[in-house]
This record gives sequence, C-alpha cells and structure tokens, in this order.
Amino acid sequence: MADQNETKGEEGKHKYSIIVPTYNERLNIALIVYLIFKHLRISRYGSWFYVADPDLIIVVCAHELVLGDIISDVDFEIIVVDDGSPDGTQEIVKQLQHLYGEDRILLRARAKKLGLGTAYIHGLKHATGDFVVIMDADLSHHPKYLPSFIKKQLETNASIVTGTRYVKGGGVHGWNLMRKLTSRGANVLAQTLLWPGVSDLTGSFRLYKKSVLEDVISSCVSKGYVFQMEMIVRATRKGYHIEEVPITFVDRVFGTSKLGGSEIVEYLKGLVYLLLTT
Amino acid sequence: MKHIVKILSLLVAISAFWIGLLQAAIVPRSYTWLLPIYFVVSLGCYDLLMVGIGLMQFPTCPQEAVLLQQDIAEAKDFFKHKGVDVGSD
Repeated sequence: MADQNETKGEEGKHKYSIIVPTYNERLNIALIVYLIFKHLRISRYGSWFYVADPDLIIVVCAHELVLGDIISDVDFEIIVVDDGSPDGTQEIVKQLQHLYGEDRILLRARAKKLGLGTAYIHGLKHATGDFVVIMDADLSHHPKYLPSFIKKQLETNASIVTGTRYVKGGGVHGWNLMRKLTSRGANVLAQTLLWPGVSDLTGSFRLYKKSVLEDVISSCVSKGYVFQMEMIVRATRKGYHIEEVPITFVDRVFGTSKLGGSEIVEYLKGLVYLLLTT
Repeated sequence: MKHIVKILSLLVAISAFWIGLLQAAIVPRSYTWLLPIYFVVSLGCYDLLMVGIGLMQFPTCPQEAVLLQQDIAEAKDFFKHKGVDVGSD
C-alpha cells in the first residue's frame, strides 16, 4: 500500500508529452486522442463512460487489468505536429481542442511535409513534460499500452522504454509470410551486426526522458525507419538504460505499400552506416 | 569506443588465435586453413536458424484487430454525440 501511494506521489510530479506527427490523419487523430484520454485518465476500468468534464469522471467498476495495480490520473499533453494536411486534419484537431482543452491538445503545425525526425524536434520544442512519448498516428500503435510504458519507466527508472512487437505478449496483425520473413531477417541481421540491446529496432512507439530524447535526436541524421534504428542504437552506445514492453501492432496500411527492392537497399545502407558510425 | 572498433578487435583477436593455431600445428594444418570458412558458415547457419525460429514463433494477434474495430466504433459514437464531425476513413 505504501508503495502504491509512493508511486502515485511520484506520478503526480511527472508530465508526459505525447508527440504525434500527422499527415492526412483526419479520422485517426480523433480516434487516437479519444483513446489516449480513455487510457490515461482512468487506468482501471471495466464498462464505463467518459465525460469530457473532469469533475464528472466516474470509475464504474474495477476489472483486473493485465497491469495489476492502479495508475491514477496521469498528467499529459498531446502535441500534434501536422505537416499541412490537405484533408482537414488541423480542423479536426481544433475541434478536439474545444472538447478537451487547449492545455491538453497542442496543435503545432508545419507548412508542408518535412520528415519525421524534424517533426519530433519541432514537437520537442513545445513539450512541457519531463517525459516524451512518440507514437504513430495511424492507430498501429494503440494508446492502451501507454500505462504499461509509464509503469515500466517508473519501476526501473529507465531513460527509454521502447515497445517491442517481437516478444511474447506482443505481436503483429496484418502481415503476410513474406513481410514477416523480411522483418525477421532484417532483425537478425541487425542483431548480428549492431548488437543493439533491443529486440525491435524499427519500432517507433517509445517513451523517452525528455533530456535523453533531446540528447539522442541531436546526433541522428537518418530518415524514415532507419532514423528510428539510429535513435535506439545511439542511445545504447551512449549507455542509456533502455527497457522494453510488449506491444501489439495492427498494420492497416500494409498491402498498399509493398516492401520493394529499394526499401531493402535503403535498409542495408542504413545498417552499414550505423555499423560504421555508431 | 565505436562499435566497429569493437568488432574489428574481436576479429583481430580471432585471427591471432587462428594464426597461432597454424604455427603451433596442434591441429593438422589442412584443417586450420579451413577454420575461417567454417566460422563464417556456422555464423550464417546460426543466423538462418534464428530467422527460421523467429518466423515460426512470430507472435500474431488477430484478436487485436477486432478489439481495435470495437475501439474505433466506440470513439466514433462518442464524437457523434459531441458533435465532432470525424467523417469516414
């Protein structure tokens, strides 16, 4: 009991800035915001209802969660970095701000598509939390894992908590055999060459201490998913404490984007780059 | 120390051991000459084995897709009541 109270007390001092880069995610951003609020405002719930006014939040019943103990209300903000989406993403975000409060949802847009790394840097500039979560906007990363990230970090005082799809408890849905094969082959190759210390190198669902993210991101130069790899490998090289939590990944876009030869070449080039420069 | 330096020092140590073996002739020289090839091949086989095992044990989560659909429906419903027009996918 004393431990739980201690944890709650510590959490009271922490704020989590969740950076979500978006491009044409009109529907998904609303869903993500809803799910983040659902899972961070109350972390033990059964059947329930959520009302935007904080005074009326009621826990209806307490089901046993996979996590076990309670995480009480978490202080967080969602930073949406939109790259000038033509589909009206920013309008939706403004409506969400109306609903949830402008202190909770920050819209920090940019004029055009400028890349993921710079989106994180841009979001970081406006982050007021002491922790930063990065996640994708297409719902492949489910906000229900946010409490497990937070809990893991509090338990271990890790600098980085990264989600892994490749361990028991995690998983992927929506990949065919070929995709799984390339993913697995790429992973084994990276493990052999780089000794990265994490099981999922290309994953982008991560919780960082803000200072650690600032430090690591300043030394990364790659693009795309090699950027995610570079971040975690550089963090390992710098000796940061990294923990993993299993996450599930539902890929709804695979099928529209094939994994072609050029992607494989990019990946190999990225591996060699990381091998030589980290 | 950079990672590549670590790997190279490991390779240098292994090569020194191999040259030592060649000179000492404890093991017949014809075998010793082939040791590097055996090493590379075993490493390759090990990696292939890891790929195979990983592929067989690849964790899947079909139920997550269902849960996700439920979450999406719940969220859409919520927004309809709040008057936020999320449109369709």
